[in-house]
Amino acid sequence: MRKIIFMICFIIPFSALAQDDLMKLIADSNEVFVRTATFKATRVINGHSVETVGKNNLDFIISHRFDRVNRGFEEFFGLDAATNRLGLEYGINDRLMLGIGRSSFQKTFDYFAKYKLIRQTSGAANVPVSVSLLSGYMIRTQNTSPQLSSNNRSSYTAQILIARKFSESLSLQLSPTLIHRNRPDIFTDNKTVLATGIGGRMKLTKRTSVNGEYNYVLPNQIDDSYTNNLSFSFDLETGGHVFQLLFTNSFGMTERQFITETNGSWGSGDIHFGFNISRTFSFGKEKKLKP
Amino acid sequence: MTRYILVMAFSMALNTAMAQGILYNAIKSEFSFFSKAPLEDIEAKNTRAASIINASNREVVVRIPVSQFQFSNKLMQQHFNENYMESEKYPYATFKGKINEIIDLSKSGVYSVSANGILNIHGVDQNRKLTAKLSVGENSMQLETKFEVMLADHQIEVPKLVFKKIAEKIEVSASLNYVPLKK
Repeated sequence: MRKIIFMICFIIPFSALAQDDLMKLIADSNEVFVRTATFKATRVINGHSVETVGKNNLDFIISHRFDRVNRGFEEFFGLDAATNRLGLEYGINDRLMLGIGRSSFQKTFDYFAKYKLIRQTSGAANVPVSVSLLSGYMIRTQNTSPQLSSNNRSSYTAQILIARKFSESLSLQLSPTLIHRNRPDIFTDNKTVLATGIGGRMKLTKRTSVNGEYNYVLPNQIDDSYTNNLSFSFDLETGGHVFQLLFTNSFGMTERQFITETNGSWGSGDIHFGFNISRTFSFGKEKKLKP
Repeated sequence: MTRYILVMAFSMALNTAMAQGILYNAIKSEFSFFSKAPLEDIEAKNTRAASIINASNREVVVRIPVSQFQFSNKLMQQHFNENYMESEKYPYATFKGKINEIIDLSKSGVYSVSANGILNIHGVDQNRKLTAKLSVGENSMQLETKFEVMLADHQIEVPKLVFKKIAEKIEVSASLNYVPLKK
């Protein structure tokens, strides 16, 4: 009996040191995994997602919203008329991005900065959510009568975007929003409006997903003729492009327009078909890896 | 009984010491790959790989956290992780192997070595023989290697719809600096 125990004592350590043990020696390294791609693009649909563009990357976004589908056949279900927004977004670093946009709707210019404050991680450090901060300014430049001062045509947006990628395929986002309009179109409206957005993404395949987004304006702040913004989209990515084909009940694409001034209702068919196409270019570095 | 326990403890301690031999740990590593594509070249760099060489039995293990490959185009990096490598499902690429040549690591010099072993990428094992240049210095060594990875070998799918063509074969180069592992 003793002999056997002795033998085991001698043999086990030798045989146990296979390569797997070497692997174990390095396996306890303190690697932190940042959860990337909570959303495919910097927008859930209309509203911002927690994503920012990468360092020295430039995103060019072309967005269209067609007229309401309930216009009927004569207007070819809204496709005869459209508004667009052209946007450029640039990553200063991997956390901070700046963006500008110009919408044909009300001839609006918008500027924003988004900062990725917290990144969801797993591994050595476990952070359950990603948090980004967004601050934006927009100004209408369309002529009105009477002519308004630039101050009266300005509005501001502040958002805290909180998102979690629950699994490879499911991401959800909550976005408390504050919008300040120096001069609301309906003068009984609150100038400062509190709202919250809820957005989500469900991946269908590796390259496609469906997104949903709802922006809820807390009661008694804006006129009853306004509705809450609800959108659905189908996302498809191909190489450097992300295509979002979407249905939404708002015509505008800036926060003031789609959160506080949506007047379409899904129930009566005031649905706009639209799309966002984003194309990423990378700049900087060019330190070629020598073969 | 006491003697019996002592002998046992001693034998185990001895075994462990012998079996472990001298371990060399990679304190610096750089893996990179490059692929020519019509629209934009695809290249990425990873400095987070871990590796150990056991000098006594010439075993070598390498572990690379896939998501730590840095691309200059972050969308490309996202696609690399999400679509091709599925790095949340398969967070590491590994190599477990054994160096074929017997090398005296106490002598400085440059040696050509090869290692047979299992390369695991995207969760798929492949038996490979990799060649490398091993420069042995005083109390340290440097390993440089270059090898090719066939995407199909590791079941990495390239969709038909992708605008820019991605090479079927990716060339990976690596450089690792080892020093004796402090116990």
